[in-house]
Amino acid sequence: MRRRDFMATSLAAATSLAAPAIARGAEARVLRFVPQANLPNLDPIWGTQYVVRNASLLVFDTLFGLDATLTPRPQMCEGFETTPDGLIWRFRLRSGLKFHDGTQVLARDAVASLGRWMARDTMGQLIRARLDAMTASDDRSFEIRLKQPFPKLIFALAKGNPNLPAIMPERIAQTDPFKQIGEFIGSGPMKFQKDEWVPGSRAVFARFDGYASRDEPGNWMAGGKRIHFDRVEWQIIPDAATAAAALQSGEIDWWETPLPDLVPLLRQSEDIRVDIADPLGNVGILRMNHLYPPFNDVRLRRALQMVANQPDYMRAIVGNDDALWKPMPSFITPGTPLYTEAGGEALSGPRDFAAAKKLLAEAGYGGEKVVMLVATDLIITKGQGDVSADVMTKAGFNVDYVATDWGTVGARRAKKDPPSQGGWNIFHTWLAGVDCINPAPNIAIHTTGPKAWFGWPDNPAIEAMIGDWYAAPDLASEKQQIEKVNRASMEFVTFIPTGFFYGYQAWRREVSGIVKAPFPVFWDVKKA
Amino acid sequence: MGIYFLRRVLATIPVMAVVALFVFSLLYIAPGDPAAVIAGDQASPEQIAHIRASLGLDRPFIVRFGDWLWQIAHGDLGTSIFTNLPVSHMIAQRIEPTLSLMILTLVLSLVIAIPMGVIAAWTQGKWQDRLIMVFAVLGFSTPVFVIGYVLAFVFALEWRLLPVQGFVPIEQGFWPFLRTLILPAFTLGGIYIALIARITRASMLDVLSQDYIRTARAKGLGERPVLFLHALKNAAVPIVTVVGLGVALLIGGAVVTESVFAIPGLGRLTVDAILRRDYPVIQGVVLLFSFVYVLVNLAIDLLYTVFDPRIRY
Repeated sequence: MRRRDFMATSLAAATSLAAPAIARGAEARVLRFVPQANLPNLDPIWGTQYVVRNASLLVFDTLFGLDATLTPRPQMCEGFETTPDGLIWRFRLRSGLKFHDGTQVLARDAVASLGRWMARDTMGQLIRARLDAMTASDDRSFEIRLKQPFPKLIFALAKGNPNLPAIMPERIAQTDPFKQIGEFIGSGPMKFQKDEWVPGSRAVFARFDGYASRDEPGNWMAGGKRIHFDRVEWQIIPDAATAAAALQSGEIDWWETPLPDLVPLLRQSEDIRVDIADPLGNVGILRMNHLYPPFNDVRLRRALQMVANQPDYMRAIVGNDDALWKPMPSFITPGTPLYTEAGGEALSGPRDFAAAKKLLAEAGYGGEKVVMLVATDLIITKGQGDVSADVMTKAGFNVDYVATDWGTVGARRAKKDPPSQGGWNIFHTWLAGVDCINPAPNIAIHTTGPKAWFGWPDNPAIEAMIGDWYAAPDLASEKQQIEKVNRASMEFVTFIPTGFFYGYQAWRREVSGIVKAPFPVFWDVKKA
Repeated sequence: MGIYFLRRVLATIPVMAVVALFVFSLLYIAPGDPAAVIAGDQASPEQIAHIRASLGLDRPFIVRFGDWLWQIAHGDLGTSIFTNLPVSHMIAQRIEPTLSLMILTLVLSLVIAIPMGVIAAWTQGKWQDRLIMVFAVLGFSTPVFVIGYVLAFVFALEWRLLPVQGFVPIEQGFWPFLRTLILPAFTLGGIYIALIARITRASMLDVLSQDYIRTARAKGLGERPVLFLHALKNAAVPIVTVVGLGVALLIGGAVVTESVFAIPGLGRLTVDAILRRDYPVIQGVVLLFSFVYVLVNLAIDLLYTVFDPRIRY
């Protein structure tokens, strides 16, 4: 062999051997993730979808964050203090916090961001109603002065559900809360790559090297947020079978919401791990319109409650995988500190169709149409709708099953018109379990009449009990109040919880550090 | 010819105006409300009303339609309600995958279907003809998504020859670009190949029974020149017509194919926009599709003169 040939052959061999290692190294620095839905925008206040919240948690940081025990922990804040009367709250930011544009995070940025959040968020609005003033004292300190105490203030600032109290530069936070922000600049662990964003297909986040992580271990929204990837690429794959195939072939690393139907297939692969995604799960909801007959009469709401069988609803949603659901004779998420079954016997045990029919007769139900809006494009709403239609028909209701899509349900349920004139009597939906851990984030449990959530239940007594819970000084008295709220809400049938269910997540074997949480936690995730 | 071309181009203006009015009216009367989708599950009716007002959706039909026409007249398709990005930018992001998919499907379909149709006509009643027609019937009757799943299972999951999903722009290399489009193109092409093969066969059978074909054979021409020089050219007009009409099939099929293979094209953009009630995006994409369809029909009319010199405009 000539020397030149030998050199060429050696070089080629060395290159070919090195190439896979280089490729593997590059691969390990990119995490390819399939989110639950398309990312339509990245405004944590304007965008209310969970997928927006999930992306926002990468880009923006919060003053406080909930950990896995649902305890609020300081995040951007170094600490806080409050006066004994609970009217003045003083906060101090950690030093070294920077936005993605390189500017320092200042107290006035926090004040402006909270101001925008308070205009849109349910708990924020409660604070705003009590707000006397919110001012920055210096670059790192600000205070909130209240006209009346609000003991859940720190919990509200740590909340993990939309609308997220995310901190952004003052100039961006001054955007009208009902209009979308144009710049996505936060101080979170990753920067949004707007140039690479193709809505409906791809969203890319690059590690922010200037992120000031806390020293503690990462714990949901709290603690250190150490990112072990240069880039996290979100790939939107709308078709579940395609996403499953992409995970099997190694084209993606982590799939947030695999369909239960596909999980047995994924489990057959040695390269794929499957586990429960969110330990706080989801709560199914059957919502009735309290404004119009028949459900303006509590007896007819109770009749429906008597025949609603949670196992049927849950199996319609998750199939025959009994590990994925639990009965929930409660309005509070199972497994959380305030969970109670007080009054829950109305939803447990054998269903009583005879008693329901008797109540229908007593209430003088004359077979009026019950307009049930069913979003058939979502398996959770479709499944619940089918079960309700069946049990209601058996109980003697005259069900008008309106099959439509979620976009239409979303618009029509806001109408207060009579059902015969474009209104409605029933729709189904679900809330994330994290939204039902107490009445503060749970909009469905409130009974403020015209100001209440769709269905507009009106019961000042229940609202007074919820008010007492807000004022409760410790966990024991909170539990006492929640028991009262739960019992009264069961009797009043504010809505019918159709059960508690989990969802799965799936990832490739080479990915480690994935935890169960109400949102995908990217910090401390690694890829071999 | 020039005058005809100009007249046809000018005729697209009223056609597009009617399409614009139709699309806008349809969306106006359709149920659903983007404000409710934006406001989310926890919104109050007051918040939804506030968002509706901030988007200008509470204004009268005629005002909104007039504003939109004014924007279009200035070359502005508006801004997406959800992403806050210009509709033209979103369309520009999506046009390459869809255009690439359609062109590749068209080329594959013509290369496969026309020889199939010619062979079927030439061997009429024999096993080759029957075999080709069985393929054609299968192509017609098998849903696009079934073809897609089967191809992805065999070629991507089992044999690991091609990717399951996604799209690579051509500037990142021709082979990576082509790899992502092969399965979608065959998926989308199934019905198109079937359609063109059947029309080619029928048209060729008609032509092959003409006197001039008998004359061509009588003067000693071989079968290949007879088929491809004399018969196929004369059978081309109906084939070209079907190819043009089939563009509508491709547009419809692209919606499904792009979803199955997660291709970020205009089809998926349209579906996402419809589900969210993103009116400016729906209007923009439908206008674009209508414009393309009108142009394709014009091109087909002009192609007639190439294949049949007797046709004059």
